[in-house]
Amino acid sequence: MANRPFFRGRKSCPFTGPNAPKIDFRDTKTLSRYVSERGKIVPSRITAVSNKKQRELAQAIKRARYMGLLPYLIK
Amino acid sequence: MAFYESVFIARQDLSTQQVEALTEQMAGVVAGHGGKIAKTEQWGLRSLAYRIKKNRKGHYTQLTIDGPAAAVQELERQLGLNEDVLRSLTLRIEAIDMEPSSILQAKSGRDDRPPRRGDRDDRPRHDDRPRRDDRPSFNDAEGDE
Repeated sequence: MANRPFFRGRKSCPFTGPNAPKIDFRDTKTLSRYVSERGKIVPSRITAVSNKKQRELAQAIKRARYMGLLPYLIK
Repeated sequence: MAFYESVFIARQDLSTQQVEALTEQMAGVVAGHGGKIAKTEQWGLRSLAYRIKKNRKGHYTQLTIDGPAAAVQELERQLGLNEDVLRSLTLRIEAIDMEPSSILQAKSGRDDRPPRRGDRDDRPRHDDRPRRDDRPSFNDAEGDE
């Protein structure tokens, strides 16, 4: 998947900054961007989410899964 | 007192009135223990991402509560006992947000699509996307069985 050139500069965290979206387990549209096609949580080294926000994000995805908003796995 | 948000899923074969009655009943439980319902949201009948107790769909309801822990404990107990409730999740929140939650915003945005997608600006930058751009978002394909 990662066919991007490696000389690209370090990207900043999409959840950090003045008008960054809030991480919310109800917001499946945002959350689904951080989940692979199979339904797994994408590692932050690929998505450039900061460590703190990645923990929040993981928690939100797990809550969304529990409430049936996101799948545990996609076959 | 502390603020809480409680989301629960009711069985799919309940009618809207029954769901509202159930919501009333749960609100009564909170009120009976000295809590206040700050906001009630009906998200309507949504399809679940996977089957829960043989149900493929469920009525989602969210209660925003300002009340003591005892009220929330009793609410959780009642939600667990009620057979019409498939699942519930109660979280403590820092502040009550009277805006409709993101799920309702997403829903209203679906009706009139192109003009008002103001939240597009909040998306991660295009090259920040974790994967290929052509990946269809599977959450958009609701209702496929």
